[in-house]
Amino acid sequence: MELLERAPVELKNAFLRVLGSLGVPEGMLAILSAVLIIGTVIGVFLGLFALMSVMERKILARVQNRYGPNRAGPFGLFQPVADGIKMLTKEDLVPRAADKVVHFLAPVVMMVPALLVLAILPYGRDMVPVELESGILFFFAVGAGTEVAIFMAGWASNNKYSVLGAMRAIAQMISYEIPLVISAVTAAMIAGSLSPSVIVAAQGGFAAGFLPHWFVTTPWGFTAALLFYIGALAESNRSPFDLPEGESELVAGHLTEYSGFKYATFFMAEYIGMFAICGMFVTLFLGGWQAPLPFLTVVPSWIWFFGKVCFVAFTMVWVRATLPRLRVDHLLAFAWKFLLPMSFAAFLSAACWHYAGRGPAAWFLSLVVVGIPYLVLGLSFTSRFSVSRRTYLFSE
Amino acid sequence: MNVTLDGETVVKLQPVFGYLHRNHEKIAEGNSWLAAVPYTDRLDYICPLTNNWAYTLAVETLAGLEVPERAEYIRIITAELTRLQNHVAFMGFILADMGAWGSALMYAFREREKILDLFEALTGARMMCNYMRFGGCRCDLPSGWLESAGQLVEGFPAFLDEMEALLTGNEILLARLQGVAPLTPERAINGGLSGPILRAAGVDYDIRKVDNYGLYSRFKFRVPRGRVGDCYDRFMIRVLEARESVEILKQALVGIPDGPVVNPKAKQRGFRPPAGEAYGRIEGPKGELGFYLISDGSDRPYRFRVRPPSLINLTLLEELCLGTKIADVMVILGSIDIVLGEVDR
Repeated sequence: MELLERAPVELKNAFLRVLGSLGVPEGMLAILSAVLIIGTVIGVFLGLFALMSVMERKILARVQNRYGPNRAGPFGLFQPVADGIKMLTKEDLVPRAADKVVHFLAPVVMMVPALLVLAILPYGRDMVPVELESGILFFFAVGAGTEVAIFMAGWASNNKYSVLGAMRAIAQMISYEIPLVISAVTAAMIAGSLSPSVIVAAQGGFAAGFLPHWFVTTPWGFTAALLFYIGALAESNRSPFDLPEGESELVAGHLTEYSGFKYATFFMAEYIGMFAICGMFVTLFLGGWQAPLPFLTVVPSWIWFFGKVCFVAFTMVWVRATLPRLRVDHLLAFAWKFLLPMSFAAFLSAACWHYAGRGPAAWFLSLVVVGIPYLVLGLSFTSRFSVSRRTYLFSE
Repeated sequence: MNVTLDGETVVKLQPVFGYLHRNHEKIAEGNSWLAAVPYTDRLDYICPLTNNWAYTLAVETLAGLEVPERAEYIRIITAELTRLQNHVAFMGFILADMGAWGSALMYAFREREKILDLFEALTGARMMCNYMRFGGCRCDLPSGWLESAGQLVEGFPAFLDEMEALLTGNEILLARLQGVAPLTPERAINGGLSGPILRAAGVDYDIRKVDNYGLYSRFKFRVPRGRVGDCYDRFMIRVLEARESVEILKQALVGIPDGPVVNPKAKQRGFRPPAGEAYGRIEGPKGELGFYLISDGSDRPYRFRVRPPSLINLTLLEELCLGTKIADVMVILGSIDIVLGEVDR
């Protein structure tokens, strides 16, 4: 098990040793090491993307009592291959009135931040591609680049649906970025560092021998985790926040004029971005690569990390299968009037938890600090939509 | 639809229809009386049996034909089953319009499929039933049909409960439906609306109660009415109506008598009703479905006119949509519940 834990790193080191003994110069080896790491991370996430694209369809299908893709390969597992071939061989349409350069660049710009943010996630014990002191800051700063890409796509397509979709996307992503970042800051604040590895390390160990010290198990952490999860759904444009591509009114939003491999690139970037933000969620609140129970620590840490990421991604599919889409004004009202105050409450609650000594008193205090705003905001918010059950008249 | 937008707000909306025009009325005038029955299936292709009934009812009024009791029962059973599957499909469609990715739609269609299986067993076709004839129905119920229909009806409230557990309490759904495009009773009446939309606006008008056509006076059922008339009421009225349909079906399946299913005196081929005119209307799942027929005594209708609920309910679309968000337009259109085959004919 110890061997398996170290397997990815040892494998790379062994490979480099072999190359070193063959007389490859030292400087070359350092570059090769970096290339190996980058290649592995991108390869793993592309694999996850392929798996997810088919699993999402299969899970959705199961929820909706259908079969889903089951023709290509065993259980339809080769469906991504078939999709890839289809996408590659399709005609790449560019509208005559489109801004061709921007239209071409948009998928590229979309892909770059999605891949860049993967650099700072701790995938396992001592397995961080780039050990960055301000990793969280880097993640959100770079991740915001996708907004530019979406607007580029919408604007360059020169299509009314695209522009409308892009405008929605910008409004949505900017609104949800704020609660997302603030709820992430709570975790950084308690851990006392912006470095993802330190945040994960701060969640190690078990209370009473079995309860993990994950931030999600505290009142402020739970609130922040929920807020972060909602924000993550909105940031990755997933249902019920998939307004930018709301197909019942906007055809496909900013993707309307994209076809062939440009579309596939967008699709891929969106999924990898989703995995990245799931990874960040796991890192911040679900203890990163830490095992959930003491006796399970024998299982390699990177298996835990990817297992948790897949679980969070699964819940996103589940949400997508269940909920209808929000309307744009409700969406913005929800972000500014509920999520933002709640994220401040979680922030405050985390501070209370820290200064009250992280004991039972802290529990109570932070629960109160989170609970009261939740009740007040929640009630005022839902009463605006008059959730009260209506009555109906019956005539005989 | 041509929609003019200011940002996301609708400032002008113009429905453009006619793309599915199939010349139904003129074709019917050129054919025998009987030949129009299969064409009526294709009006509102979600609910063929109620279309059949409205047409045969108009012809029977014209010719003064009696319908045997068993046939009336079968008509009520099939019409209420049609209403059930229409309302169920409506619930799925409106959720799909809201972007719920088909879960509700697939659940709804699972249930609708069971009803369509019953139709297939009875008429040989799932959707294009072509079942009713002047003075009765084309064939008697196959053996075991009543039992399987009874099982379906027994299980149906559980399905409605399941749908309601999924949908009616959902905050997103409430926010999307409540307060969207409310309609006053006066405006609904002036607009000539009928069916669930009219009743959602609070008007107590159900042709099953008003005309007592068929044998509806024998059955005990209630007519639900809304108070606000917004999309949420339109949605809920359909749920409540489906529950009432289940009640009617329970009574009809028990009370169905033996006897012939078609009036032996009625002539189907070469049918020549006396000269005159008649209007037959029923409470279709979408509203008042009427057929206005003029006979000159020959073997084909002199004038054949359909009053399609979908088209007339659609006329208020612009008024309902103005000032709402573009995402609401889909929901409002969905809440009116149109079938284009009936709008364009």
